[in-house]
Amino acid sequence: MTERDDIIRESRETDLLSAFEGDVPVGGRTPAAIREFGGKYLPALLSFFVVIFLWEGLTRLFGIETFVLPKPSEIITSFIETWNVVWSAGFKTLYEAVGGFVIGVSAALLTSFAAARWVRFREGMLPVAIAANATPIVALAPIFNNWFSITSPLSKMAVVAVVVYFPVMINTTRGLLEVDQAELELMRSVAATPTETMLRVRVPHALPFFFASLKVASALSLIAAIVAEYFGGPQDVLGQYIINRANLFQFPDAWAAILVASILGVAFYVLILAAERLFMPWHVSFRTSE
Amino acid sequence: MTMVVDARGVGKVFGGGAEAVQALTGIDLEMETGDFISLIGPSGCGKSTLLRLVADLLEPTSGELLINAKSPSRARLDRDYGMVFQSATLLDWRTVRKNVELPLEIMDVPTEERSKRATEMLDLVQLDQFADHYPWQLSGGMQQRVAIARALAFQPSLLLMDEPFGALDEMTRELMQQEVLRLWGETGISVVFVTHSIPEAVFLSTRVLVMTPRPGTINTEIVIDLPAERDLSTRESPRYFELITEVREALRRGES
Ligand SMILES: Nc1ncnc2c1ncn2[C@@H]1O[C@H](COP(=O)(O)OP(=O)(O)O)[C@@H](O)[C@H]1O
Ligand SMILES: [Mg+2]
Repeated sequence: MTERDDIIRESRETDLLSAFEGDVPVGGRTPAAIREFGGKYLPALLSFFVVIFLWEGLTRLFGIETFVLPKPSEIITSFIETWNVVWSAGFKTLYEAVGGFVIGVSAALLTSFAAARWVRFREGMLPVAIAANATPIVALAPIFNNWFSITSPLSKMAVVAVVVYFPVMINTTRGLLEVDQAELELMRSVAATPTETMLRVRVPHALPFFFASLKVASALSLIAAIVAEYFGGPQDVLGQYIINRANLFQFPDAWAAILVASILGVAFYVLILAAERLFMPWHVSFRTSE
Repeated sequence: MTMVVDARGVGKVFGGGAEAVQALTGIDLEMETGDFISLIGPSGCGKSTLLRLVADLLEPTSGELLINAKSPSRARLDRDYGMVFQSATLLDWRTVRKNVELPLEIMDVPTEERSKRATEMLDLVQLDQFADHYPWQLSGGMQQRVAIARALAFQPSLLLMDEPFGALDEMTRELMQQEVLRLWGETGISVVFVTHSIPEAVFLSTRVLVMTPRPGTINTEIVIDLPAERDLSTRESPRYFELITEVREALRRGES
């Protein structure tokens, strides 16, 4: 077999693989690209509509009361009617989530670099972190409300930051440390300093780990923000809005707020996917044939 | 004249106490400029360990080892040698060109000079058309050629190769051997080459050192007196087969 055959074979293999990786083909909208796009997203879209349709149909068929489970049509109606209120609450909650996310991720990165750089720090720190990670952190919300003032978004950001911190820190540290031994020997053989090895080998190696943890963290940050809001604070945020509407038996309104939360969650997630593509264009999951 | 590699009674013990492994003992080696030395021997006889001692990736526990009349660590910091590992060890996130430029970046070579040197190296290993590809787009043989280009990019006087073609198929392997001989001829570099293929060792080398295990030591030295120009006809010459037999018998003697 010639080397050219090798390349062709390999690119076919990666082609097959990319189909499993949720990859969007880059480049022109050729018929093949459109077919591939449809092939990937059509099933998801279809099952989404099937669920909505079944939900609507079954709640009608069995005459399920709105206070048990509103029909999708009622939720959509409320979503449109309360548009301004519900989005305004959504963005306040998003502000807490993103603020906490930024604080938590920054702290996690600092710790990870320190852990990768200094063995002693790592040995002292990681077991504690893993133990702390196993405790249900939202339980801290009432305490943070007390520390940072219940009316300040900071008290919610603090909960988010702590929730987000651990998965990002643990994964990024792993990525920085689990580097191929041969790559480290290569760097040593060309007399690279520890800093050069960090920047040129450890950091790029940790990026996939880091982004995987960011995806988890993006979902966690909204969950944590809303749960923290349940413990009290200003009324014009998603968590309190949901509680208030539910207390008034306005369940379609509560569900409309949940819809906003999930739209924001998906948007946040997609943003991180885009950043991932931007920062790791070489990565396996983005490989396409030429 | 200074030796490229000068080892006297070099030994290496891994670990300590009851667990200690004597990986190498009493290694004597004098390597002159332009030598192409192959280390051959069964798995675990300490070939990689010896190469790593030369590369200052390990420290000897006994004896004296000098590279270009310097300590191995001085030689490493001076970038006296380039190293090629069994796996190409290319950085996935860098293009072929950027992989070749890696050591030059570490040496703070200016961007323009770096790019010029990378182009030359890629020409040398005949991969100039693949400069902007990523490693995963290349076959195993091509990846290993990039690794060789990277090792030569800063013009070291010594090239260390640890079973570089072990993972390649026979055809590619023979092409790569030819390529290495060409580079060796064109650059005048000295090479230490680890292999467990007898024909490969004989075809490439000026000297073959046959190693034996437990503890690892150099058992026999065989001078390869084939003509300097080596090609397909060399592989069919009677002398080539005689030398292969000689190395094989030395290996067998080492086992008993
Ligand atoms: N880092 C290490 N720690 C302990 N023992 C080692 C280490 N590296 C190699 N050895 C031992 O030293 C001996 C020689 O190994 P190596 O040089 O890799 O052999 P070869 O390359 O000839 O196959 C083996 O017995 C191996 O188990
Ligand atoms: Mg070995």
